[in-house]
Amino acid sequence: MPALAELEEAWTAARGDPSYRKELDELLRDFGGRPTPCYRARRLSERAGRPVYLKREDLNHTGSHKLNNALGQALLAKRMGKQRIIAETGAGQHGVATATVCALLGMECVVYMGVEDTRRQQPNVQRMELLGATVTPVDAGARTLKEATSAAIRDWVTNVQSTHYVIGSVVGPAPYPALVRDLQRVIGDEARAQLLEREGRLPARVVACVGGGSNAIGTFTAFLADEQVELVGVEAGGEGIETTRHGAPLTVGGRAGILHGSRSAVMQDEEGQIVQAHSISAGLDYPGAGPQHAFLRDSGRARYVAVTDGEALAAFREVARLEGIIPALETAHALAWVLAQPQGELDLVCLSGRGDKDLAEVLALS
Amino acid sequence: MSASTMTGEARIAEAFARTSKRAALMPYLMAGYPTLEESVRIGEACVQAGADLIELGVPYSDPLADGPVIHAAGTRALAAGANMAGVLEVARALAGSVPVVLMCYANMVFAPGVEAFVERLARTGACGLIVPDLPLGEAPEVGEACAKHGMALVGLVAPTTTPERLAAIGKSTRGFLYTVSVVGTTGERETLKERFSEIVSRAKASTEVPVAVGFGIGTPEQARQAAEAGADGVIVGTRLVRAAGESEDPAGAVGAVVAELAAGLAPTDQRSAS
Repeated sequence: MPALAELEEAWTAARGDPSYRKELDELLRDFGGRPTPCYRARRLSERAGRPVYLKREDLNHTGSHKLNNALGQALLAKRMGKQRIIAETGAGQHGVATATVCALLGMECVVYMGVEDTRRQQPNVQRMELLGATVTPVDAGARTLKEATSAAIRDWVTNVQSTHYVIGSVVGPAPYPALVRDLQRVIGDEARAQLLEREGRLPARVVACVGGGSNAIGTFTAFLADEQVELVGVEAGGEGIETTRHGAPLTVGGRAGILHGSRSAVMQDEEGQIVQAHSISAGLDYPGAGPQHAFLRDSGRARYVAVTDGEALAAFREVARLEGIIPALETAHALAWVLAQPQGELDLVCLSGRGDKDLAEVLALS
Repeated sequence: MSASTMTGEARIAEAFARTSKRAALMPYLMAGYPTLEESVRIGEACVQAGADLIELGVPYSDPLADGPVIHAAGTRALAAGANMAGVLEVARALAGSVPVVLMCYANMVFAPGVEAFVERLARTGACGLIVPDLPLGEAPEVGEACAKHGMALVGLVAPTTTPERLAAIGKSTRGFLYTVSVVGTTGERETLKERFSEIVSRAKASTEVPVAVGFGIGTPEQARQAAEAGADGVIVGTRLVRAAGESEDPAGAVGAVVAELAAGLAPTDQRSAS
């Protein structure tokens, strides 16, 4: 609790400090490669029968939007005098981003990752180790993102004086969901300006995949006040939301629950045991979702839908051939939903990450 | 007054007041580990060996406040079929002998509704409730429901708790103040002693109820040091869960460790006589 208060105070101070903002912006530009393009996908638009824009977070350094948050938090940790960084990771993208930033800033880095995820995302494990991070496999429960997050929280509680926990999504106790949103909103802020410049109008629909929900919040935030813009979050339907094997707590609805220090949509049984999520994509394989998403759903500002493993895989392949872009399996969920919509005017999709990490997993299925 | 007519809070107070040891001994056990039946036997063995109160853990899918040993025990208990009805039967079986304080994560308290949860717990004869992941002030309805049913809602403080929060928690806690003594790697005896005395005196200054020290206490020496530092109670968990997991006779093994801990807490004249 005192650590959270300290973090909130440090973030409030940093956010308003021009020197922090300047250093972050420079690194986002020169190290990260921002602004990322907002690309009118040629053949995808043709196929959809309307303009489809892709916000190319896959072209961000390390291949996903995760760097935006990792850079901001690592700089914050430096300000707070903490030299040791820990992180959890599912698909490995947040772990790679954090390991990369720690190499850049000369900080110690420990990444917690479920044993199951170290298997299906082996190339990212190798990347993190090459970057000098220690990858600690977590062998508890389903051995995926939920357990990795718990392990990171335990480490933080034990080593809070020396350590900053770089949480990778808009989950966890306050102030994390707000902190991560603030650092990811650059996605939507850029895309909104880019679209207005290119098209002279706002998108009719903004679509992003939702695991914990950081790329979605990062994209949605800029459009919250534009009431005519529809916001759609695409969750992992896994083997189908009529089964228990999915990762779509927002879509399915049900009772709110408490997981990892926040109250939000959670997959749980009658007695309150958190149940295991399932998704072909490690980054969406999480039984909770950020509290801001639950709020957007309940207020009616955003809606949430689910796409199955099979549909996401088909979109993964289709977008590779249509556009010459191999999307992350997580992102493929958002693309699958867009491809399945017969109607629409102008879609903006957050292409949250690249899919190289998923090749072995996808090829093994074919 | 018989146990059945006293409130849970009063039974806890009495257990701390009447212990013959230097500090009350509160073993922790995981309900349903290794099985529901065996966990009742383990609890009975604890009582036989000198437990003054029992902290009963509810197995949970995501026990953030617990280390790997207790987490693994909870996972095993759930795999063996432990559910809330079974856990409450364990509480009921032990509550006649000693005050039972349930340690339950917040999501399970909220799932059936706070009032329904507390009422059901109170009916077993349990005396108190610890919700380790519920910060003070987040959900006043839990404290209200506990007060209504005579249950003690026990607050937790850690060495990192700020003085302002310590004062607030010390004031609002009921039954006792659960004082976490996060002991890192096993240090020098002197260091540990100093640490206990600092932690305990800080906690005692904040509250009028007994102060019980837990987390990281595993040996009779550490238990005695905590008592010598002024703790009114000593909570031992992981050491006992490990004993239960390592033995063919979990109840016997746990009972033996509890007896050693009780001896460590016995007043000096009794120890020298034995």
